Amino acid sequence: MLQEESDLSLIIAHIVQKLKGSNLYAQLERQAWTSLQRPEIKLESLKEDIKEFFKISGWEKKLQNAVYSELSVFPLPSHPAAPPEHLKEPLVYMRKAQGSWEKRILKSLNSMCTELSIPLARKRPVGEQKELLNKWNEMGTDEPDLSLFRPVYAPKDFLEVLINLRNPNYENGDSLSFRTHLGLIQVPLKVKDIPELKEFFVELSLNTGQLGIDDSTQVPPELFENEHVRIGQKVLEEQDSAAAQQYIRQGSPTALRAELWTLILNISGQSEDILYYEQLKANVIQHDLLVDSLIYKDVKLTASNDDYYFVFEDYLYQVLLCFSRDTSVLGHFAYNSASPPKSYIRGKLGLEEYAVFYPPNGVIPFHGFSMYVAPLCFLYHEPSKLYQIFREMYVRFFFRLHSISSHPSGIVSLCLLFETLLQTYLPQLFYHLREIGAQPLRISFKWMVRAFSGYLATDQLLLLWDRILGYNSLEILAVLAAAVFAFRAVNLMEVTSLAAAEAVLADLSTLKVMPLLQIFLFATVT
Amino acid sequence: MAGKVKWVTDIEKSVLINNFEKRGWIQVTENEDWNFYWMSVQTIRNVFSVETGYRLSDDQIVNHFPNHYELTRKDLMVKNIKRYRKELEKEGSPLAEKDENGKYLYLDFVPVTYMLPADYNLFVEEFRKSPSSTWIMKPCGKAQGKGIFLINKLSQIKKWSRDSKTSSFVSQSSKEAYVISLYINNPLLIGGRKFDLRLYVLVSTYRPLRCYMYKLGFCRFCTVKYTPSTSELDNMFVHLTNVAIQKHGDDYNHIHGGKWTVSNLRLYLESTRGKEVTSKLFDEIHWIIVQSLKAVAVNASPSLTSSTANDRILKYNLINDTLNIAVPNGEIPDCKWNKSPPKEVLGNYEILYDEELAQGDGADRELRSRPGQSLGPKGSRSRDSGRTVLTTWK
Repeated sequence: MLQEESDLSLIIAHIVQKLKGSNLYAQLERQAWTSLQRPEIKLESLKEDIKEFFKISGWEKKLQNAVYSELSVFPLPSHPAAPPEHLKEPLVYMRKAQGSWEKRILKSLNSMCTELSIPLARKRPVGEQKELLNKWNEMGTDEPDLSLFRPVYAPKDFLEVLINLRNPNYENGDSLSFRTHLGLIQVPLKVKDIPELKEFFVELSLNTGQLGIDDSTQVPPELFENEHVRIGQKVLEEQDSAAAQQYIRQGSPTALRAELWTLILNISGQSEDILYYEQLKANVIQHDLLVDSLIYKDVKLTASNDDYYFVFEDYLYQVLLCFSRDTSVLGHFAYNSASPPKSYIRGKLGLEEYAVFYPPNGVIPFHGFSMYVAPLCFLYHEPSKLYQIFREMYVRFFFRLHSISSHPSGIVSLCLLFETLLQTYLPQLFYHLREIGAQPLRISFKWMVRAFSGYLATDQLLLLWDRILGYNSLEILAVLAAAVFAFRAVNLMEVTSLAAAEAVLADLSTLKVMPLLQIFLFATVT
Repeated sequence: MAGKVKWVTDIEKSVLINNFEKRGWIQVTENEDWNFYWMSVQTIRNVFSVETGYRLSDDQIVNHFPNHYELTRKDLMVKNIKRYRKELEKEGSPLAEKDENGKYLYLDFVPVTYMLPADYNLFVEEFRKSPSSTWIMKPCGKAQGKGIFLINKLSQIKKWSRDSKTSSFVSQSSKEAYVISLYINNPLLIGGRKFDLRLYVLVSTYRPLRCYMYKLGFCRFCTVKYTPSTSELDNMFVHLTNVAIQKHGDDYNHIHGGKWTVSNLRLYLESTRGKEVTSKLFDEIHWIIVQSLKAVAVNASPSLTSSTANDRILKYNLINDTLNIAVPNGEIPDCKWNKSPPKEVLGNYEILYDEELAQGDGADRELRSRPGQSLGPKGSRSRDSGRTVLTTWK
C-alpha cells in the first residue's frame, strides 16, 4: 500500500513539474486571477469556487486532457533513483547498440559532407532568402541537383543492425528445440501472444462494430454507423481526450477524424503555436542545412511518385524543413533510446562548449521519412496545424520505428512479435519461406518502419492509424503484417524464391485492414 | 437468332479489341453484316449524315447517338441548356424556379456565356459591367484543351468583333466560332492546384433516359500551383488541366500523370470539409450531368489513349463494363430491348438516372426532392447498391 502511494505521489509530482512550464499553466493562472471579478467567487470559499468555475468553463477538462497526454507519452520513472538513461532504455546492450548505430549514421553524414564540400549549415545570402520566401508555397518546382546526395540510410541497412543484435547475458544452449526462434531477430524480448493480443485489442473483436467493416455499403447504417457517428460528435463536444482515445478504437468517421486526432494528441492550435511555426519558417529562410537536401531528395524519391500523395509535395517540404529546426523536439530524447547527434563549431572539435545538436531537432531523416507526413495532408491543410500534428505523432510514435530499444512498441519488439506470430500460428508457411531464403521479416520490415504509409490505400491507412492512436501502441503494425502473410498464405506456399515472395506481397493497395486484423486475431483457429 | 456478336471498329486501340476478343465476338468489316460498330467521330458523322448516311437495322448498335455533337460542341451545348431552361419555365416546371435576383435555383450551372462572333455586342455590354473580370475563350469544335486562352481586355478578342476591319475582307463564317465564358477564378484547390473531373457516363437509351455513371472517375491536376494573378493568364499549365497540355510541362510526372481517383477526392473532401458539404457536392455534380443529358444528347470523344499503366487498366475495365451493359449477355442486339439490365451486370457503373423507374414512382417525386437537399449517408448508400435508384433527387 505504501509503495503504491509513494508511486502515485511520484507520478503526480512529475506531472505537475512538467505542466508547470507549459502554456496551459500560464493560462490557468490568468483565468484564476480574472475569475476573482466574478460574483460567484467568494473569499470564504475561494478554492472551491475557483475549482467549480474551472469545471463549468471547460478549463478543468483542458487540464485533464493535458494530464492524460502526459500519462500517454511519458513513461513514468520506475524508481526514484533510476538514472535518466533508464528512462531512455533500461537494457545496457540495447543502449550500446543504439550508440554504435548512431555513430555510423553520423559518420556517413559527415563523410558525405566532406566529399561534397558542403557545410552542415550555412547562412543564406539575402538574395537567396528572398527567393526562397517567394517560392515557399511551391518548393516542389525547384530542381536542385541532388544526384550527389544519397539517403543517409535505408530501412534495409537498419534491419541488418537489428539482425545482429545479441544479448550478452542470454545463453539458450546449443540444442535446437521447438522453442528456438527461427526468425531473424535473436534477442529475447517479451512479446504478446494471440490470447494476450485478443485481450489488448478487445474492441476489434467480431462482436464489436468497426469502421472499416461495418460501414460498408452492404450494411445498413442503422446497425452501427449512425450511432457511432453520433457518439463521435458527442465526444468532440465534450472535448475529452481520454474518451476520444477510447472511441477511436472502433475507427473514426472521415468527417470527424481531423478533430478527433487533434483532441487525442492534445493539440491546442493557439496563436502561440502558429507564431512558433512562423518562427521555424523564418529559421528555414535564414539558414540552409545539409539535411534539407536529404529531405528534398527523399520527397522527390518517395512522396512525389505516390498516387495519393504527389499533390501534397509542397506541404511536405514546409513541414519537414521546419521540423529539422525545431529544438523542442529534443525533449523527446529523454524517453527515446536514441540521442541527438552532436556537431562542433568549425575548429572547435571536441570542445563541449562549442557542441551543437545537428540537425537542431536531433533527427536525421532516412529514406522514406517523408511518408510519415504525407497521409496527414489528407486531414489538415493549414500548415501550422499539419506541422503540430506531425510533430506530436513523431514524438509519440514514429520515433520508435527507427531506434533500437526494448520498448514493446519499439521496432525490435515489433519485428519479434511479427516473427513469433508467424512462427507460432503459421508454422508451415514460416518454415517454407525460410527454406527458400525468403525470411518473412525481410519483406515486412519496410511496411512496419513506415507504419504502412505508401503501401496501403489512404483510407485504409487512416483506419489503421486510428487504432494506433486508440491503443497508444504500434503493436498493431506487427499484427497487420502477420495478417497480410496469413491472407496471402496460399500463394506464398507456392513460391520458390525471395523475389517471387516479394512479388506476391508487392501490392497491398487493395487490402482492407480491419477485416484482415479481425480474422487473424479473432477468427483463426489456433 | 443465336450466334456471336459481329463487331467492327475503325479505332485501333487495344482496350477495345481485347474486350471484343475476350468475349469471343467475331471481327468483320463494315461492308459485311455487323452488330456492333465502335465508330470514330468521323464515321459517325458519315453514317448519320443526311447525304451519305444509312439507316441502322434492328440488330445493330453503335457507340454514339446521332446527335452526340450537341453535347461536344460548346456552342450547341450552351444553346441547348438555355433552350431547355426556357422550355421548363414555359411549362411552369418547379425545376425552373428562380430567386429574387432572377437566378435559377436549380439550373444555374453554366457561367455567363456568349457565342462569338454572333453575340459579340451582347458580350461587350456584359464585359463593361465588370471590366476587371477574366473571361475564357474556347473554340467550339475542339477538344483536349486546344485553342483555349484567357482574356481580360477587349482588345484581345478584337478579331471576333462584328465591326472589325478584318470582317470586311474575311467572311463571317470563316471566323472560327468560339464561346466566351466568365472565368471562375476562385476554383477549389487541392495542394494549391487546380483540378478537373473526368467522369464517364454511359447513356444506353435516350427515351426513356437511362444513364450510368462509372464509379471510377478521376481528377486531373495541374502541375503548377494556381494563381489568379493576371501575369499568369498566359500560363496554360496553371489554368488548364487537360493531360494533353500538362504532358508537355516540365514537371509532368509519368508515373502517376497527376491524377487522383474520385474516391480519393471524396475522402479528402470529407476529411477536410465534412460529410454534408461533400455529399451535396456530389449530388449537384450528378444533377448537372442528368440535366445536361436531358437538354441534349451524348458526348463523343473520350480519349482512349492511355497515358500510364494504371490508366490502361482503367480504360480496359471501363470498356468491359460498358459492353456488359450495352450488349447484355453478349446477345445479338435487338432494338426492341428496353428492360433495365440486372444489377450484377453493372460492374463499376452505378445507375445515374433511370427515367422509367423514376416515372414509375409517380410524378410527385419530381416535386418532393430537390437538389441540394442532402439526404445524408443513406442517400448515397442506396445509390451505391443500385437498389433504390433515385433517393437523392428524382
